[in-house]
Amino acid sequence: MRAAIRVLLAATATAALAACATAEGSGDSTQSASAYDYPDTPYPSTYRPYPGAPTALVGATVYDGAGGRIDNGTVLFADGKVVGIGGADLAIPAGYTRVDGTGKFVTPGVIDIHSHLGDYPTPSVDAHSDGNEATDPTTPEVWAEHSVWPQDPGFTRALANGGVTSLQILPGSANLMGGRSVTLKNVPSRTVQGMKFPGAPYGLKMACGENPKRVYGGKGRMPSTRMGNFAVNRQTWIDAREYAEGDRDKRDLAKETLAGVLDGEILVHNHCYRADEMALVMDMAKEMGYRVAAFHHAVEAYKIGDLLRENDVCSAIWSDWYGFKMEAYDGIPENAALLYQAGACVVIHSDSENGIQRLNQDAAKAQAAGARMGIEIPDAEVVGWFTLNAAKAMGIDDVTGSLAAGKMADVVLWNGDPLSVYSRPEKVWIDGALMFDANDPQRRPVSDFELGQPGEGDVK
Amino acid sequence: MMGRMLLAATAVLALSSPATAQDFAITNATVATGDGSAPIENATVVVRGGKVVAAGANVQVPAGVPVSDGRGTWVTPGIFATVTDLGLWDVGAVGESNDTTARNSPFSAALDAAPAVNPRSQHVLISRAGGITRAAIAPSAASSIFAGQGSMIDLGSDPQAVRRPRAFQFVELGEAGARLAGGSRTAAHTLLRNALREASRFGEESGLVGGPNRPAEVTTGDDIPVDPRLVESDAERATDVLLTRFDAAALVPVVAGRQPLYVHVERAADIRSVLALRQEFPRLNLVIVGAGEGWMVADEIAAAGVPVIADALTDLPARFEQLASTQSNIGRMQDAGVKVAINAAAMEQPRYLPQFAGNLVALASVPRAAGLSWGEALASITSIPAEISGFGGQLGVLKPGAIGDVVVWDGDPLEVSSTPVRVYVDGVEQPLENHQTGLRDRYRDLDESELPKAYDW
Repeated sequence: MRAAIRVLLAATATAALAACATAEGSGDSTQSASAYDYPDTPYPSTYRPYPGAPTALVGATVYDGAGGRIDNGTVLFADGKVVGIGGADLAIPAGYTRVDGTGKFVTPGVIDIHSHLGDYPTPSVDAHSDGNEATDPTTPEVWAEHSVWPQDPGFTRALANGGVTSLQILPGSANLMGGRSVTLKNVPSRTVQGMKFPGAPYGLKMACGENPKRVYGGKGRMPSTRMGNFAVNRQTWIDAREYAEGDRDKRDLAKETLAGVLDGEILVHNHCYRADEMALVMDMAKEMGYRVAAFHHAVEAYKIGDLLRENDVCSAIWSDWYGFKMEAYDGIPENAALLYQAGACVVIHSDSENGIQRLNQDAAKAQAAGARMGIEIPDAEVVGWFTLNAAKAMGIDDVTGSLAAGKMADVVLWNGDPLSVYSRPEKVWIDGALMFDANDPQRRPVSDFELGQPGEGDVK
Repeated sequence: MMGRMLLAATAVLALSSPATAQDFAITNATVATGDGSAPIENATVVVRGGKVVAAGANVQVPAGVPVSDGRGTWVTPGIFATVTDLGLWDVGAVGESNDTTARNSPFSAALDAAPAVNPRSQHVLISRAGGITRAAIAPSAASSIFAGQGSMIDLGSDPQAVRRPRAFQFVELGEAGARLAGGSRTAAHTLLRNALREASRFGEESGLVGGPNRPAEVTTGDDIPVDPRLVESDAERATDVLLTRFDAAALVPVVAGRQPLYVHVERAADIRSVLALRQEFPRLNLVIVGAGEGWMVADEIAAAGVPVIADALTDLPARFEQLASTQSNIGRMQDAGVKVAINAAAMEQPRYLPQFAGNLVALASVPRAAGLSWGEALASITSIPAEISGFGGQLGVLKPGAIGDVVVWDGDPLEVSSTPVRVYVDGVEQPLENHQTGLRDRYRDLDESELPKAYDW
């Protein structure tokens, strides 16, 4: 299976600047070589969808992830792909297993754009601390996939309690350039290659603000200030451009990643809290000829919703985390709603092995905070915050993130309204294969780590 | 040798209601009393003089009490958050603003959160806006297994936050305690026993316990406990003691059972070891905090009558001491007869308590999972933490005679889309503004055509 993924691409810096934002910030997508074909992928995905029966979900309220809602809807999928989505009148071909969704809800599989599962797995012992190569402020040469422990029990919780079908594993934020991210299908596997999302573009994790300057300032080296952060970043980009504009014959792992960014093949995911710093980063991106796909954490994004819209940058945020560090002091629960009002792209993320189990609830909290200040956002749009918008910012939106014919059959059947605290995933399909069923004690993954331990196979 | 007691302020002073308490009644609301029962539709709550005088259906509002129509709203007791660090910090990672830990202090058990509380902390204000009216607060252990003494506070806007200082002692006896004690559980348990023995001896020699003039036992939240640290005593101490005099004195009420000992443990075996402490120290008034594997020993906890403040949604083996963690933990313990409150320390912010309680209701419809009924879930963040904190019948419930902590919500309080619209502490309506609401109002739009945003306040 070779999904031809179109990478969110700015062919040149000029094109990136010219990209006009849409209301939900999808940006210009132009055809590019599939990342699957990129010569820089020596650890290719070996994931293949598991077998699934042709299935017709009928009678449920369907949120398609793209802003659509169908009451008493029908979702058809077979051979790993969505075949059709429609109302009660949608014809169900012969041979389909009907699943009655009366009183239930269907959404696309949940996507977490910001996870450290596998590279900071549980148990959270020092021996498992594989998320920050905190030995140099720029380490674009490291790849998160080389740290991912597929046996992290957190993957199974994200599936069973969170309905998560795809997720981006990022390096940590100790470094200005933390390394490459990897996008996974949330399928148990003996190897990380067996989880890798076929054809998904790589990301480059960057971080501004307190973390890099604290980590390296604490070691008595640059950067120890925010201006130091920028100086190190800019010089690194200048050196990378020189490499990228040359013949690239000499292998240089760090510069290959940065050249991939400059080529538009690798998407920048930038940890950044403060509005003023995000504005500076967007100018740095223009200066150096790349674009930022998403600011992560972005607790002050609401202060610059206009700039984020104009620059077509998504904000991947919690609903209401604040105060745990100085640069998080101005976090407010209305962040998502104010961004939405400004026409900027909203993604709800977790950055947490616990929060990833409740992204739907986090989105609902953000929606409610908006409603209280008069910003009414339809449920169907809010579902997009943890499905299609995440997929867009990760460059996988043409194959997953919404329920549309031809897309991967990544589907969650919820036992109630997914924006209610009282609802849980009942069934989760990944590429049309049933990977979790609350009604079947055996249809639940159990990590190697948990075998023979107390609570093995428990509901969790 | 008798020590002279320095008695603190009386209960009357501490619990007197502010003069601004106003009588009020809310009618036609959905009222949930917090005692574990189901919500009552078209019900009424009446508060007079800072106290609840009636709550339920068919309540007649006394003449002269101002009535507001609560149609469409829900009314609950104020949320009781335990265990928290509210009022002890401003920014977590800004050390100079953070009084939760004292890594370099020579003291441990003697540390007292009460004088450090800042009632104007944004986290107090934000939690109040989230419907929390009371909280247990405690330092975090950093220099010893003993974190120090926690307080019971209210979240009202008046400057008097601490309602019961030195309300409990907090100790770490699991993995964290092992590290703090020197590297192992053996060290933690040895340190604990030695400390309790030293405290016991100090208590006898100073006259703090056992003497004919010892202070009355304090078992409820009504009274301000004696501060044993300030007892003037000439009691000689052995030359090989480990505890400072202050730390030993602080542990006297723990050994005597007058001050509850909150013990943080997760593993089933650790819970058993804690329950077994009563064989050596029979008067210990234990409360278990965490208890991630509590469901595995639920019958034993129930038989011991030890209440639990448990993490609600922890379901990962984050540490080896909690391999069996499951979101069904609280439901299973409750089914076994354990008194369980939801631990506010096991979430990003205490204002998530209703959401976490709501998640336990959700579990009730998940096959094989153990959850709570709606009424039980509300009780786990209201009446049960109040009972564990020594305020049973006074806080966390809407019933005649209870303190007038009342929250009016714009919908089902356990639902993520709901929020408080009015919050009362001691019958006094509270301001709900804070740093976050100021930012929200300033950035409602991004228009700076006339002046910069800095003038928008």
